Amino acid sequence: MTETLKIKNLHVAVEGKPILRGVNLTINRGETHALMGPNGSGKSTLGNVIMGHPNYEVTEGVIELNGENILEWDATARARAGIFMAFQRPMAIPGVKMADFLRHATTNVRNPARKEGEELIPMRQFRKELTEKMEQLKMDVEFARRYVNDGFSGGEMKRAEILQMAMLRPKFAILDETDSGLDVDAVKLASQSIAQIGKETADSAAMGTLIITHHDKLLDQNTPDYTHVMLGGKIVETGGVELAHELFTDGYDRIRARYPEAAADERAMATTEAVAI
Amino acid sequence: MATDVLHETNLGEINKYDFITPSHDVFKAKRGLSADIVGQISEMKQEPSWMRDFRLESLKIFESKPMPKWGGDIGINFQDIFYYLKPTNEQGKSWDDVPQEIKDTFDKLGIPEAEKKYLAGVKAQFESEVVYGSLQEDLGNKGVIFTDTDTAVREHPKLLREYFGKIIPPSDNKFAALNSAVWSGGSFIYVPPGVKIEFPLQAYFRINAEQMGQFERTLIIVDEGASVHYVEGCTAPMYTTESLHSAVVEVIVKKNGRCRYTTIQNWANNIYNLVTKRAVAYQDSLMEWIDGNLGSRLTMKYPAVYMMEPGARGEILSIAFSSKGQHQDAGAKVVHCAPHTKSRIISKSISKNGGRSSYRGLCKVEDGAVGSKSNVVCDALILDAASRSDTYPYIEVEEQDVQVEHEASVSRIGEEQLFYLMSRGLSEAEASSMIVSGFIEPLIKELPMEYAVEMNRLIELQMEGSVG
Ligand SMILES: Nc1ncnc2c1ncn2[C@@H]1O[C@H](COP(=O)(O)OP(=O)(O)OP(=O)(O)O)[C@@H](O)[C@H]1O
Ligand SMILES: [Mg+2]
Repeated sequence: MTETLKIKNLHVAVEGKPILRGVNLTINRGETHALMGPNGSGKSTLGNVIMGHPNYEVTEGVIELNGENILEWDATARARAGIFMAFQRPMAIPGVKMADFLRHATTNVRNPARKEGEELIPMRQFRKELTEKMEQLKMDVEFARRYVNDGFSGGEMKRAEILQMAMLRPKFAILDETDSGLDVDAVKLASQSIAQIGKETADSAAMGTLIITHHDKLLDQNTPDYTHVMLGGKIVETGGVELAHELFTDGYDRIRARYPEAAADERAMATTEAVAI
Repeated sequence: MATDVLHETNLGEINKYDFITPSHDVFKAKRGLSADIVGQISEMKQEPSWMRDFRLESLKIFESKPMPKWGGDIGINFQDIFYYLKPTNEQGKSWDDVPQEIKDTFDKLGIPEAEKKYLAGVKAQFESEVVYGSLQEDLGNKGVIFTDTDTAVREHPKLLREYFGKIIPPSDNKFAALNSAVWSGGSFIYVPPGVKIEFPLQAYFRINAEQMGQFERTLIIVDEGASVHYVEGCTAPMYTTESLHSAVVEVIVKKNGRCRYTTIQNWANNIYNLVTKRAVAYQDSLMEWIDGNLGSRLTMKYPAVYMMEPGARGEILSIAFSSKGQHQDAGAKVVHCAPHTKSRIISKSISKNGGRSSYRGLCKVEDGAVGSKSNVVCDALILDAASRSDTYPYIEVEEQDVQVEHEASVSRIGEEQLFYLMSRGLSEAEASSMIVSGFIEPLIKELPMEYAVEMNRLIELQMEGSVG
């Protein structure tokens, strides 16, 4: 049976302020979905909520993994169940080496029942695997000794996110603007790597991928089966790859005209924000 | 003076510097503090009259001094304490009396059976002789003296008396006076000119009953061009039935000498840990204090370096971890008394579960200390809303041509950081403990390997909440 991540009528607020207003989205293993939409429309929020960020309040709706509601699960449980998100702005953890962090992460995700203090994957095996992946991503092995995202350049951070995905081999991955900050060659490499990681999962089924992007480069090697447009906290339209290309050239004005209600919500979100500031 | 030492340290005497103090008659002073008891302690130890007088004089100073009004709440009844407790097997304490949580921690730290009993105060002596004997002999051949301070009073009176109580006189503060009156145990180290000891000297080596007592007294003299790294204490929780620990540590680093003094202490929750540590550093020498404080009810400890001559340097790195019911009032003092002296203080504190950490530091540059530089960085990490952190930096600069920098930061453990790590499959506890170990990593790097490992394990245990 195909595994599925299903978002039903999801409403989300932060500090009482509504951001998502009824999102519906179904991602099956093996599918690639592109999520587009203007700045501030709620794309990252959706990703964060799927990943289990504690600061977002789900006011309505459910998120299901293979039919099971996972809203009560913390981020740890979701990660161990095979959900991964490459963040738009990854956090720096000073003093913690990439390698140590990744060894813990990899062990936990591969052995979801692991308790703290229990054995980590053997150093030798881990190091071999990590070096391999780093080579594939054309990263200097020295990188493993650096502190997590601490002082990383924009591009380095994004590469490090892909490296983490490669090590964790998720079932479902959300890539939030993983292309931004990467140079021309790096974007190409990232696009290829994501496609490849999508095929090399821990089990035989391919990854379900949600690519949040403003550009076409990542989609080169990851042709979306579906393209979704988010506006004012809702997915207002879903199409194929051609919808993505239409948006790349035309922008969102036509979408706004087609969905005046969502466009009004978009304006409302922008004003509450202004008031909050 | 060096020849004196060599003379005193002839080979025939080396066997006397055994790691275990010969046991005297079983003795247990009465509870409380009085001239009688102090006299009794001195007599017990068969001390020369100058030391007896020093103790009695110190007692008067102690009695005349008020309790410090700053720092933390010191709720001690001085008449309720045993000031000289010579632990012996007859004391009637058994392994069964040791609280289970302490035993569990020993297990988690992987402390060998023999050491566990010693650390818990069940066993008076620890047979380290066999293991460390040859090391001691090697040191002896180089003229190094490494013994407990009681022995040094008997066997190296001239050298000891020249410095004892000179760096930290009894009048310095109430607790230095108390220690001076009732001290027992501690280490005495002399490193002759040019002798560099490559491996860390550890109090561990020659653990004996008195050595880790409540009122130990340590004196370290590093002669010209010599160097030593001394490691004090151990990371196992120190369990005593008494609630006051008040040590005095004096260090002299002569021209071109180097001394690094590392302490990692993890006290039981009922302990008041009030310690005075001070070093004087002469021309072009380097004194480093590395101080890790965990546990205790209240710790007040501010290792100091007085830079007496040009080119002297002082570095102080400290880590404090306070949890429920604990207050760490720790910090550092650097005093620039001569031109072109340099100091650096890095202090990191972590507060959790309602724990309280304060940084209290002094940076003083005296008139005439031109071209001196001081850099102070203190960072506090607060893990939850119930916990607290304060910074009390005192800066006194009497000279124009100097560079003094002070940076302080307080951060709460970021929810965003936690979420990031958890989104990679780390449990919440694992994630916080990783953030904490990252926070103190710059200091951990400075520790000898085995201590770094233990310190990390300890922090992990603290984070799990299963210690103390
Ligand atoms: N933690 C938060 N606290 C307050 N406001 C938030 C928070 N997270 C998101 N928002 C607000 O919610 C709205 C949607 O933000 P989100 O980051 O999801 O947008 P986005 O679609 O990812 O935009 P972009 O394309 O610029 O990345 C914005 O107005 C944003 O300011
Ligand atoms: Mg975004």
